[in-house]
Amino acid sequence: MLKTNRLTKTFGGLTAVSNLNLELEQGELVGLIGPNGAGKTTVFNLLTGVYVPTEGEILLDGQNIVSKKPYQITALGMARTFQNIRLFDSLSVLDNVKVANHWHDKYSLAGALLRLKSYYTGEEKMTNDALELLKIFNLEDKRDELAKNLPYGEQRRLEIVRALAAKPKILLLDEPAAGMNPNETHELMELIKKIRDMYNLTILLIEHDMSLVMGICQRIYVLDYGKIIAHGTPDEIKNNPRVIEAYLGEEA
Amino acid sequence: MKQRNILIGILLIAFYLVLYFAMGNNIIPPFQQVNIYLMGINIIAAVSLNLIVGFTGQLALGHAGFMAVGAYVSAVLTMKLGQPFLVAIVAGAFVSFLLGILIGLPTLRLKGDYLAIATLGFGEIIRGVLVNIDYVGGAAGMNGIPKLTNWTWLYVFTLITIFAIKNFLNSTHGRACIAVRDNEIAAETMGINTTRYKVLAFSMGAFFAGIAGALYAHYFFLIQPTTFTFNRSFDILVMVVFGGLGSLTGSVLAAMAVTALNALLIDFGGLRMIIYALLLIIIMVFRPQGLLGTKEFTFRSLFREKEGGTASVKDKSPN
Repeated sequence: MLKTNRLTKTFGGLTAVSNLNLELEQGELVGLIGPNGAGKTTVFNLLTGVYVPTEGEILLDGQNIVSKKPYQITALGMARTFQNIRLFDSLSVLDNVKVANHWHDKYSLAGALLRLKSYYTGEEKMTNDALELLKIFNLEDKRDELAKNLPYGEQRRLEIVRALAAKPKILLLDEPAAGMNPNETHELMELIKKIRDMYNLTILLIEHDMSLVMGICQRIYVLDYGKIIAHGTPDEIKNNPRVIEAYLGEEA
Repeated sequence: MKQRNILIGILLIAFYLVLYFAMGNNIIPPFQQVNIYLMGINIIAAVSLNLIVGFTGQLALGHAGFMAVGAYVSAVLTMKLGQPFLVAIVAGAFVSFLLGILIGLPTLRLKGDYLAIATLGFGEIIRGVLVNIDYVGGAAGMNGIPKLTNWTWLYVFTLITIFAIKNFLNSTHGRACIAVRDNEIAAETMGINTTRYKVLAFSMGAFFAGIAGALYAHYFFLIQPTTFTFNRSFDILVMVVFGGLGSLTGSVLAAMAVTALNALLIDFGGLRMIIYALLLIIIMVFRPQGLLGTKEFTFRSLFREKEGGTASVKDKSPN
């Protein structure tokens, strides 16, 4: 479904990602882990078109999406969340979600300016779709709250809701559990599994919380200094000496 | 909801009629009438600039340039080509709109302050071009433009501007613009063509600035290249910032307040600019977010504070 071939990104003399070969099958839940600075978020930025790769290709359903703009890649079925939360602060929770409806559900500009029927039906559909998603994440009571006034954990959940509203086939989650307590992390784990089944999603997630990664991922890629150093099932990864070395350092 | 709309409609018509008779019978002295017209024109300019700067977050410094385009195009049409006023206004606005797209497309692709510099240059180029076209009077400008702007035209176009921009902002297209302002990267990864929406907001703002220019030209019947310098762009920006970046009603109130202030200070001669500057400093020190910040003034908010609004820009609850 999603495949990268020898994906490389350099910033000046620094190679952030080098020769990355990644593959996701339909319906899979895959983890991407690695020490800080390993290049995980850079991979996400490459996949979603925020960065243009220096070399290599990204195939989405067999189509090369390199050098496409982020909004075009979204329309092809990829959506993401951000490690450092990037909500639309001055919009309400509901409107944050409705922004992501824009590309697939928009009505004409004339309809908006003249308040034609298309405006009312379009807005109603967007609101209903958004509320349905907010309900799954227990945020529907907060619909009129400004995004910036939400507590941290709810902001993280809203990010996932917003990404889902873009109707992706592939969902990229960048540290969804960052800053959550074990209880919240556990709830989030269940939610991620639930939405994958509900919306038939393929999910790639970056996470430092090993209980979450080991708990739900079917396969894991381990990245260090921009290279994949290990790849396999959670059990294989746990016992892989190279992974342990990358995380804990070499024995003296 | 319906009832409220009818009530607002009645109030707007009543306001129109009251001023119509007050000005017709000179109950409002002619000098004050000039200020009322200036208020209308400034409201159109400020509200349309707020769409660009306040709601879409793109700092543009050439709004007067677009007013100049609207003013000159419409004046040529009525004075030299004998076209009806409405055609002239729409044509002036449309040419302004096209120029907005032309300037916006290359500059709005870039992130950062390029737009500010480019629009600053644009305003100066317009002035330079106008000085060198003899057909429109060169440096002397155009004199004797028919005085076609009356209270009705002014009022109708001011309302059209405010409601068009309000409707735009409360739609999915307006939300896209606000999303671009709040977080451009997130907006783009949520499927919004950010360049398209920046250009759209920018050229829409230019369109209404063109209307403001056309109304100006046909009220003061004299326009010169120096009528629309950087100073005027700056004046409009002051109104927008003063009213609150991201508040339409704030822009309306600030446009009226600044115009009134300018009229009041006219007796102070040389001191005028100093007092004006001091007032601005005081406002910015005590209320840096502007009069209304990003909130909107609504009749509802007057009576019922702190009620959760519906999902619209206009009805946003106080934060």
